[in-house]
Amino acid sequence: MTKLLQWLFGVSLLGAVWALVAFDLLELSLPRTYREVAWPMPLYLLVSFGCYSLATVGYRVATFNDCDEAARELQEQIKEAKEDLRKKGLKM
Amino acid sequence: YSSLELSRSVFTSHPVPANRANGDKYSVLLPTYNERENLPLIVWLLVKYFGESGYNYEIIVIDDGSPDGTQEVAEQLQKIYGDDKILLRPRANKLGLGTAYIHGMKHATGNFVIIMDADLSHHVIYIFIFFFLSRKQKEGDYDLVSGTRYLGSGGVYGWDLPFLFISPSFSRGANFLTQVLLRPGASDLTGSFRLYKKKVLESLVERCVSKGYVFQMEMIVRARQLNYTVGEVPISFVDRVYGESKLGGNEIVSFVKGLLTLFATT
Repeated sequence: MTKLLQWLFGVSLLGAVWALVAFDLLELSLPRTYREVAWPMPLYLLVSFGCYSLATVGYRVATFNDCDEAARELQEQIKEAKEDLRKKGLKM
Repeated sequence: YSSLELSRSVFTSHPVPANRANGDKYSVLLPTYNERENLPLIVWLLVKYFGESGYNYEIIVIDDGSPDGTQEVAEQLQKIYGDDKILLRPRANKLGLGTAYIHGMKHATGNFVIIMDADLSHHVIYIFIFFFLSRKQKEGDYDLVSGTRYLGSGGVYGWDLPFLFISPSFSRGANFLTQVLLRPGASDLTGSFRLYKKKVLESLVERCVSKGYVFQMEMIVRARQLNYTVGEVPISFVDRVYGESKLGGNEIVSFVKGLLTLFATT
């Protein structure tokens, strides 16, 4: 199953459960509070996910490593390489 | 520890490895386009590290008809280091990464293949940890070892102002979206610093249809689908192309298109 299909399946399932509870489709006469809580759930989940995403990406950007050491080492090695290649007769 | 330190210690403390007797050989594929200045440097680094380590290797330069004379420089390098170590397999035009790998692999005599950028964004010393993970050890024997910028001590150097905020945000944001949609089991899908077992690379390349760095993404996704094991090593990516904005609208659009295609087809 492709990821797309997995998502469609999952969303349909959750959607069905939500509709069932929020609109009392099976006429189970659930307590009002169930329906009142279920009704805005999709929006709540979307917003929560949005906040989670922003927080996660923000954290990862803030803690993204700078790798100064690797860059410095590379610079030194480039100098060494150019010298050595010149000696070996490379015309650049 | 940082994997840079670990790489160094693996490199210096490891004598001629036992696997030399087993005939392990590493083929480094270097697709190039206009890398006249960087090619000698990356080759020098590879020769230095491989030479000192005792591993058996070859470097395959796949130049796509670079107008700046990269091929001439490659020929000079071949004279200096020998045509058993530097193989030239040029092509007439810029034909893309996937086909470059296929082309290079046809002539690779190693049983392991390393792919990396020829523009010095990848620090050669990390390949020693890649080797570590790929060998048949209790915790190793990975089919594919991928260098990741997003785990542990991995990261990027060179994103100064004005990219200070923009590039990392896009990079991390795109990676986050990729993780959510594809759940690929690997932290860095667009990276191109990897070690593959040759058989694994061959079977993956023929299955992958995307272009550019979406191709790199597809390789890992398909690898997971085929139940290949993927090891990860934090690496430093040194972005030396400062002034050029790599984040054009085109880049973003093609990334999203590629991501959605993988989402819908894998």
